[in-house]
Amino acid sequence: MSTAAAQQQTKWWSGGRSPFNASYGKVMMWYFLMSDAFTFGAFLISYGTIRFSQNVWANPNHVFNAFPGFGHQDLPLAFVSLMTFILIASSVTMVLAVHEGHKMNRKGVEKYMILTIIGGFAFLACQAWEWTHLLTGEHVALLNDGTLSVLPTTVKSNPWGHEVPHEAMIAALQNTSHEKLVDIASTLQHEGGAHHSLAGLSSAELINTIQAANIHVTHTGPIAFGGYFFGITGFHGFHVFSGVVINIIMYIKTKLGHFDDRGHYEMVEKAGLYWHFVDLVWVFVFLCFYLI
Amino acid sequence: MSEHAVTSPEVTFAHAPAEGTGRIWKIFWLLSGITIIELALGFGLAKDWYGDPETSHTAILFVKGVICILSLAKAFYIVSVFMHLGDEIRNLIMTIVVPLCLFIWFIAAFLWDGNSWKNLRNRYHGTPAKTEQVAPAATEKGAKD
Repeated sequence: MSTAAAQQQTKWWSGGRSPFNASYGKVMMWYFLMSDAFTFGAFLISYGTIRFSQNVWANPNHVFNAFPGFGHQDLPLAFVSLMTFILIASSVTMVLAVHEGHKMNRKGVEKYMILTIIGGFAFLACQAWEWTHLLTGEHVALLNDGTLSVLPTTVKSNPWGHEVPHEAMIAALQNTSHEKLVDIASTLQHEGGAHHSLAGLSSAELINTIQAANIHVTHTGPIAFGGYFFGITGFHGFHVFSGVVINIIMYIKTKLGHFDDRGHYEMVEKAGLYWHFVDLVWVFVFLCFYLI
Repeated sequence: MSEHAVTSPEVTFAHAPAEGTGRIWKIFWLLSGITIIELALGFGLAKDWYGDPETSHTAILFVKGVICILSLAKAFYIVSVFMHLGDEIRNLIMTIVVPLCLFIWFIAAFLWDGNSWKNLRNRYHGTPAKTEQVAPAATEKGAKD
């Protein structure tokens, strides 16, 4: 039977059949994903609105330039490329699982579901590392009161403004309290762990040490950056997490032979739709936060 | 083929299962290729390949526009092939795609609005500060009190 010719003759809207030629569950999954697309879209557009309303925004190539095991080397885009390829790869294994499901090949579905689940966990692990790196990072920033301080990237602090000229940095050092000077000096010598001996130095000695180290100091940036970054990547990460949970359930049900009993693997297909959507959202999160 | 293919009473015509995995791998390489091009363009942004960020706004905006279009291409291939929307009948495609057209207005209107806030703030809040913080306004208030 030629499907194309038969479709032409079908009166899709005259009742007695689904006009979408798809099961209820699949159509509803599509509608859910569409509504989720609007949720993510609204978040990202809100981020864009705030970013467009600012004269300065954090440069992603400065914020996201670390790679595990490479210390303080400047490697823009490297880690996020890894995360992107992990997600693309797990999307491919998911679509291969669906493909094996069409062929009623239980072993094949099991194999590819396992690979997809591993990909999901790998992505989550990368995100956990990245968040930890940002939340515990130490950047010397010039505060609005004219003093210097060591700031991490959180929802309340953003050290990613313009670079401060050297003279302004030296002037600000004079205004900075002894306690903050100890903090700044200790970021210069992580290996030593000599916080106690630093506290014993006078402010002038600390200022000399810091000046000699030629550190980069920036103004603080818009506070909204951290909230949007952690909010949106967190919401996406939660989707990845729930996708992994759904995939694990699909794996167990496959293993127990539930889909073989049912005669089709449509559940795997619907879980696949969700998983691909997570990849789809990452395309735009990647675009908005890391690339441009 | 039809004995297991029809999964529910709503399905009038079952899709013939794909023969091989060739198309999946083709799309995988396509997505990887587009991502590598995006990364190369983004790396150029990091290394100021397109001129000084302070002066060559148009060139940088153009590169960012190209990256956005490449991302839309990736989105199209993921939805069309990986999510098999391209294999569904036209009615299902339209019921998903037509509402998404709202995004055209959504993006344009809100980015325009954000830009307008910036212009208004810069115009009525004195010269644009080197930082975006509104610290000068706070000291003015303090002086009046």
